[in-house]
Amino acid sequence: MENKINVFLFGKKYQVPAGLTIMTAMEYAGYELVRGCGCRNGFCGACATIYRIKDKQELHACLACQTEVQEGMYVATLPFFPLVKQVYNINEIKPTEQIMMQLYPEIYCCIGCNACTKACTQELSVMQYIAHAQRGEYDKCAELSFDCVMCGVCSSRCPAGISHPQVAMLARRLNGKYIAPDCDHLEERVKEISDGMYNDLIENLMQKPVEEIKELYNNREIEK
Amino acid sequence: MYKIEKLNELAKIVAEKREKNASLEPRRMTAEEKDSLLAEFHPDYKQNEFTVLSAGVNKGEKVPTQLAELLQGRSRISAADVDLSAPDYDTDVLIIGGGGAGASAAIEADQAGVKAMIVTKLRIGDANTMMAEGGIQAADKPNDSPAVHYLDAFGGGHFAAKPELVKTLVTKAPEAIKWLNELGVEFDKEADGTMITTHGGGTSRKRMHAAKDYTGAEIMRTLRDEVLNRGIPVVDFTAAVEIILDNKGNAAGAVLMNMETKELLVAKAKTVIIATGGAGRLHYQGFPTSNHYGATADGLILGYRVGAKLLYADTLQYHPTGTGYPEQIFGALVTEKVRSLGAKLVNIDGEVFMHPLETRDVTAASIIRECTARGKGVETNLGSAVWLDTPMIEYKNGEGTIEKRIPAMMRMFGKYGIDIRKEPILVYPTLHYQNGGLEIAPDCATGVENLYAAGEVAGGIHGRNRLMGNSLLDVIVFGRNAGIHAAAKAKETDAPQGLTLEHISRFNSELAASGLDSKVQSPMLLPKYARKK
Ligand SMILES: Cc1cc2nc3c(=O)[nH]c(=O)nc-3n(C[C@H](O)[C@H](O)[C@H](O)COP(=O)(O)OP(=O)(O)OC[C@H]3O[C@@H](n4cnc5c(N)ncnc54)[C@H](O)[C@@H]3O)c2cc1C
Ligand code: FES
Repeated sequence: MENKINVFLFGKKYQVPAGLTIMTAMEYAGYELVRGCGCRNGFCGACATIYRIKDKQELHACLACQTEVQEGMYVATLPFFPLVKQVYNINEIKPTEQIMMQLYPEIYCCIGCNACTKACTQELSVMQYIAHAQRGEYDKCAELSFDCVMCGVCSSRCPAGISHPQVAMLARRLNGKYIAPDCDHLEERVKEISDGMYNDLIENLMQKPVEEIKELYNNREIEK
Repeated sequence: MYKIEKLNELAKIVAEKREKNASLEPRRMTAEEKDSLLAEFHPDYKQNEFTVLSAGVNKGEKVPTQLAELLQGRSRISAADVDLSAPDYDTDVLIIGGGGAGASAAIEADQAGVKAMIVTKLRIGDANTMMAEGGIQAADKPNDSPAVHYLDAFGGGHFAAKPELVKTLVTKAPEAIKWLNELGVEFDKEADGTMITTHGGGTSRKRMHAAKDYTGAEIMRTLRDEVLNRGIPVVDFTAAVEIILDNKGNAAGAVLMNMETKELLVAKAKTVIIATGGAGRLHYQGFPTSNHYGATADGLILGYRVGAKLLYADTLQYHPTGTGYPEQIFGALVTEKVRSLGAKLVNIDGEVFMHPLETRDVTAASIIRECTARGKGVETNLGSAVWLDTPMIEYKNGEGTIEKRIPAMMRMFGKYGIDIRKEPILVYPTLHYQNGGLEIAPDCATGVENLYAAGEVAGGIHGRNRLMGNSLLDVIVFGRNAGIHAAAKAKETDAPQGLTLEHISRFNSELAASGLDSKVQSPMLLPKYARKK
């Protein structure tokens, strides 16, 4: 006999095999998912879910595609959460402290409750990266928020109404564009190509009969 | 620790041989060895899993059976279901699919000053692009050149790619990286700005750029943010179900379906870009897949029905290292970067049975051989698999490497109690990528006027096998190209006249004439995973 457990999907009881994820348990129960299911593998943040175990106090948040069902789990999915995203022109803004003040002033209303960090489905130090954003330390904010899948659970728990994932998104773009060091060899190669430096080499390869190009390929030098 | 005690025992054998295995430099296979291995063990060579098409522009050619059923299936609609004279949306460039290719196309079309809009089946970014872990290729280092990249890509694709497309791919690669970097994508760099690059299977230079092992996610979320900043309309949970043509037979829009309410809508456009991605969710030959939920080959169906040709639709990429255990992540991708960083493939006896960085098709076939003909796989309740010795990475590169370079992998297995720093993991090939697709020219034009295709849905760039890191690259290079050319074409195109869906009945007649009477509806839109009681 398969080992079945009881889960409560939106309060309704279903028996499902142990070992399923919340997502596959919903499908086992007969749900045809449209919302709340994207990559099915922990990258897209579509499947934010909150749950509580029967008779326990604590409220948990997770990604439904990445979390195994447990006996007595009460599950509610959060397929959409209204985050606030401000629009800006990445070429016109600069990585100054003022930019956060302008675009996401609510981050300065953080009361330090740490509910965001406790709720994070990726176990990130959310409150800490917001603190970095407040101080204009965008490289640090970017580093700490890097694994964010923007599921929005943090924001759903925030008494100050902060849209943490969007704040972090801005910090990462500022970091990637303005703060991280420029790459000289990239610039050089782009210029060489636009000067046509490789045209002949490549045209020459394109003209070669298959046997000749096979020979070249099979004997090409491979960097150690 | 593994929940199955036997696996912990077997993992010990791998640990005992780690030191010896780490210093080993396994021989690469000769061209002849590879050919015979592929012929015997690669899924693409299993003739009984393919069907020869009897209708449409590729009549007489074989494609995977599940794909044939959809290509020769019934439209979800008939012409009478919608009123084409009262479009719900009217735009210059209609982009179908909100992945990397669609978003890149939208940004370039917007940049060119035309009206662009994206329709997408799930949310923008719920896409294969979001899941790419390993990296993106570009020949931008001094010891490398676009010509070397050309040779790697063309050879890796078994000399079958269209040379013009490969040329476009490799010569626009550095510029694509620069474009992404300037949008704010955080590539892994040294303190002096030098890109940190590694090998991928089949590369002859270390040209794999990465953003940890969230490369695709980092690219996708940045592109999405840019699309939103530009105010480009994104209609989500809305799938294209048919392309609309005009009285000249040119593409002129699409019929859309609201995924939740099933309402049908009409989008009219001067040019249309199909950027719907891959087909993993068709589970060819019963393989599990690494792909996102919406990877159901819709774009191939949409294009095929209006006469766009397929190229190499019979070649699929089975990623050699799908997760073989545990069940919850069965088939999920273990990025090739794990091997780039030094982990080797090991059989049940702890023997390294191949060079870990052969091309993907060869590696997949070799793992299948190890698990079948040679009987050297590790058996679990999910089937046979081989070890990928992840602790070897830190043995070679020092402690902390795994957390720093492949945090997503560490997290994925960590959730099920497996610490990849200490324990090897089990892998088996998973359906990963559609090598072929709608045939395109370098400007992304399909054979149907005003219809473009870009990204995984397109065919010809990678020949019969794609190298790691060339797909994210293709998505950016050709996604942008499609946006640029579709925008230019839209500028010189008058508002389309005489919109029609006549092709549906025409195609149905062709099916009937070939004796096909399918009940299958296509495009599929989403796989059916709900259990039927
Ligand atoms: C797990 C994984 C790891 C990978 N790792 C790498 C890597 O390291 N390097 C690399 O180069 N490549 C990698 N790839 C491959 C690469 O990510 C994809 O091939 C590429 O991103 C595809 O981009 P795309 O824009 O063509 O398609 P997608 O990103 O899949 O986007 C297609 C979009 O179209 C939507 N859509 C589908 N049908 C319809 C319809 N009928 N109507 C409207 N919208 C529709 C989809 O829902 C989706 O949003 C990986 C792929 C996967 C799955
Ligand atoms: S479905 Fe993408 S994170 Fe769960």
